Amino acid sequence: MAELPGCPGPSSAQAGPAAACQGCPNQGLCASGGPAALDPAVAEIKEKMEIVKHKILVLSGKGGVGKSTFSAHLAHGLAEDETKQVALLDIDICGPSIPKIMGIEGEQVHQSGSGWSPVYVEDNLSVMSVGFLLSGPDDAVIWRGPKKNGMIKQFLRDVDWGEIDYLIVDTPPGTSDEHLSIVQYLNSTHVDGAVIITTPQEVSLQDVRKEISFCHKVKLPIIGVVENMSGFVCPKCKIETQIFPPTTGGAEKMCQNLNISLLGKVPLDPRIGKSCDQGQSFFSEIPESPATLSYRHIIQRIQEYCGLHHTEEKLSN
Amino acid sequence: LSIVPLSFAERSNLAGVQHILLVLSGKGGVGKSTISTELALALQHAGKKVGILDVDLCGPSIPRMLKVQGKGVHQCDSGWVPVFVDQDKSISLMSIGFLLEKPDDAVVWRGPKKNALIKQFISDVTWGELDFLIVDTPPGTSDEHISTVESLRQYMPLGAVLVTTPQAVSIGDVRRELTFCKKTGLRVIGIVENMSGFVCPHCLECTNIFSKGGGEELARHARVPFLGCVPLDPQLAQCLEEGRDFIREFPKSSAFPALAHIAQQILDRTSSQSS
Repeated sequence: MAELPGCPGPSSAQAGPAAACQGCPNQGLCASGGPAALDPAVAEIKEKMEIVKHKILVLSGKGGVGKSTFSAHLAHGLAEDETKQVALLDIDICGPSIPKIMGIEGEQVHQSGSGWSPVYVEDNLSVMSVGFLLSGPDDAVIWRGPKKNGMIKQFLRDVDWGEIDYLIVDTPPGTSDEHLSIVQYLNSTHVDGAVIITTPQEVSLQDVRKEISFCHKVKLPIIGVVENMSGFVCPKCKIETQIFPPTTGGAEKMCQNLNISLLGKVPLDPRIGKSCDQGQSFFSEIPESPATLSYRHIIQRIQEYCGLHHTEEKLSN
Repeated sequence: LSIVPLSFAERSNLAGVQHILLVLSGKGGVGKSTISTELALALQHAGKKVGILDVDLCGPSIPRMLKVQGKGVHQCDSGWVPVFVDQDKSISLMSIGFLLEKPDDAVVWRGPKKNALIKQFISDVTWGELDFLIVDTPPGTSDEHISTVESLRQYMPLGAVLVTTPQAVSIGDVRRELTFCKKTGLRVIGIVENMSGFVCPHCLECTNIFSKGGGEELARHARVPFLGCVPLDPQLAQCLEEGRDFIREFPKSSAFPALAHIAQQILDRTSSQSS
């Protein structure tokens, strides 16, 4: 994790005494960390998460590109197969949007003998978010890293998910505490990979490249990239405008350069935002929209990826 | 006789800064960096000297928006010299983007390391004399925000501009940010509703892609000033991509009057405060 020139990274044994650490404001912090003792929760999480067949993380370096919208609709799409159990975990601790998008805002989490019960949207679709633990819509979660990490640990260890086929994890923007924690806690179990969301403009892509570097650093496989808000067709004159212009070739060019698959492009459709505000799936609201068709195609590709991955895994065992 | 703490005894690097503004939002991608950049440009055109401190450590956007990506930060006796955007040195910028070896390097840091760098950004950058220091923040209410507000408290910031998009999903996060301001004693200068309506350049039909009016309603509900609606404007997005000065190049665009109005309200507020 060399972030600044010569920095050995906080997890290195050289953290603190290394030459580059001289004068660094974090020298004391990094040095005092030492080799961290293994958290006993990791073993418990491993046991709990091993029975989950597929785990997919939804990531983006940039905020507001549609991670939660995508996560919610990936969950809806996968849950259309009634034989599959789907769980959606929202680890955006400071800005949980999933309860609103799934139409279950204000729901509470109940404690049972086997842990916290998630909130069920359908018989085969359950959701967990910090949003269910807040006392009202103005309640802010003003937490520093360690508290956020503790919450994520609890979500993985203490929620009674039951037997699930797909676990989808929606994340906040960035490459910090939440991301490191989820990857570290799930490290000992099998994660299918990450779906990375971006918008077409370079200002977004430059953050997304950082997220891709993050995935490489922590050895998280990348399922592919989704380009969201890709063009807008005026409902009146039907002419398409690039509101967020792909000045550097958009996600397509980035994927080519970095050798990652582009899962698809989703156009802007004002009805998507509206459905999300109302907590309804736009798959049922606007089945004929080009955005819905594009989404369905992307979900199919993710299913194929997971299926393929699963068989490969079985063969290698 | 009381002992003067060392930090006050020395002349602090922020001593020459008249007004400190924070740009906040609970939600990501709503236009915090866009508003910070355009506000800085508008204040510059009004003859002010402006500094921008970008405390978004995992996703710094401002260097590109001002076309200074790839520039380096130099060290001097009293600290780090910020990067000057123009020849007159009327806009200066500090961002983690200038400290990365490669632009795609990810800053994979947990809270304590981020907090240490923010403290250093606040104490060690040699801003010199500034009329305004604009602090652009990442989304959320976590480490970066707590550290920034705590470290700036002794300099009595003017307050925070909260940016939102109109849809309910974004408003929900900004309500939480308002609570953050209340809890930390940070004044709210007002709310900006960004991406509010899109006028088709071909037929002039206005479509509310991300709904409409949510920011104004929230301002009324929370009893804080509403600073205005900035429409979705592809010319604005294009300028930010290429690091061009939108305020100078597109005075006839739909977003221009909205941005100018926001800057004016901030100028009015500071002139009434100092008189």
